Amino acid sequence: MNELIAIFIGMALINNFILVRYLGLCPFFGVSKKVGNAVSMGIAVTFVMSIASLATWLIHHYILLPFDIEYMYIIIYILVIASLVQIIELFIKRTNLALYNAFGIYLPLITTNCAVLGVTFINMVENYSLLGSIVSALGAGLGFTLVLFIMSNIRERLELADSPKSMKGLPIAFLIAVLLGLAFFGFGGMI
Amino acid sequence: MGKFGKEFAKGLILSNPVFILALGLCPTLAVSTSIGNALGMTLAVVIVLLGSNIIISAIRNIVPNMMRIPIFIVIIATLVTVVDLIFQANFPDLHQSLGIFLPLVVVNCIILGRAEAFASKNPIVYSIADALGITVGFMLALLMISFLRQILGTGSLSLSVFGIDINFFTLPILREHPMVIFILPPGAFLLIGLLLGLFRRMGVMKSE
Repeated sequence: MNELIAIFIGMALINNFILVRYLGLCPFFGVSKKVGNAVSMGIAVTFVMSIASLATWLIHHYILLPFDIEYMYIIIYILVIASLVQIIELFIKRTNLALYNAFGIYLPLITTNCAVLGVTFINMVENYSLLGSIVSALGAGLGFTLVLFIMSNIRERLELADSPKSMKGLPIAFLIAVLLGLAFFGFGGMI
Repeated sequence: MGKFGKEFAKGLILSNPVFILALGLCPTLAVSTSIGNALGMTLAVVIVLLGSNIIISAIRNIVPNMMRIPIFIVIIATLVTVVDLIFQANFPDLHQSLGIFLPLVVVNCIILGRAEAFASKNPIVYSIADALGITVGFMLALLMISFLRQILGTGSLSLSVFGIDINFFTLPILREHPMVIFILPPGAFLLIGLLLGLFRRMGVMKSE
């Protein structure tokens, strides 16, 4: 149990995907202009990460390892994630239209989101157990959502701020990421 | 040859993948801690991008439109696997320091973006020019950032990759008191933000 908590806090705060591991920067700067969109994107990413971690762990341990074809992992993982995203999209569209309208449009973007593929690679490199993989994906996703939520709140106010013309938009967003990153260093000594 | 040159040149500044299109930010920030890592990443990207642009351009007329994205992804993933294995065998140190960012080249938006936007619509020769131009643009951006990060963060500039080991110079005071923050993630964000602002101020890029 302690180990799982350590994995969770480590993935969510100490090694935050966006601010420490440089993963998922495209949605971080692209979808963080409105709070609602940012939270939907974060939840969608967390959901896909958890299911992808479960699926890739099973495939890794029951197909790749027994047949000794671990070197195929890049191709297999990306195909699994791409098909999973398609299935989830279809499933949500059929069963819950309100949910689909809320974050359905973000699902196709997630296929090429390096955070999702990144968490499956990290699970493989760190050799986590099945439960550990899912917990690490949940931690990574929630940490991602948290940072996206903070960032979008700041950026909504930033629209009204009087920043220099050449710094408006992306450049000033990077400078805010600096301050957030420094703040997250405070979590460094937690475990 | 005129069009070849034009397709090559546009990748350098006009559609520089990092600064103008803001694509491939994750690997740019992650591997720009030293110029050696930057060059290693560039080599990986050039092999994959050149290969994928050539293959996709060659098969562009027989790929069914609906199936094109999965086909592109499989082609790119295969090339990334090849590069991953080559690096692992020949440059184990580089493979170690690039870490998961080497396999993550597969989801680098630059590569799929060029396949979709350019190679699937243009003949092979121009696709090669496009791949080379985009890679050189990527390399320039990476080198610029890693040059500054390495000097400010370690106080010296040295290149050690592919078995080369050169120490260019060491700055006296910065060497004893390096600004370590520039090696860490916030320093990368700071540099990119300031560079983007500077380019907009100079008029190289459009402001929003």
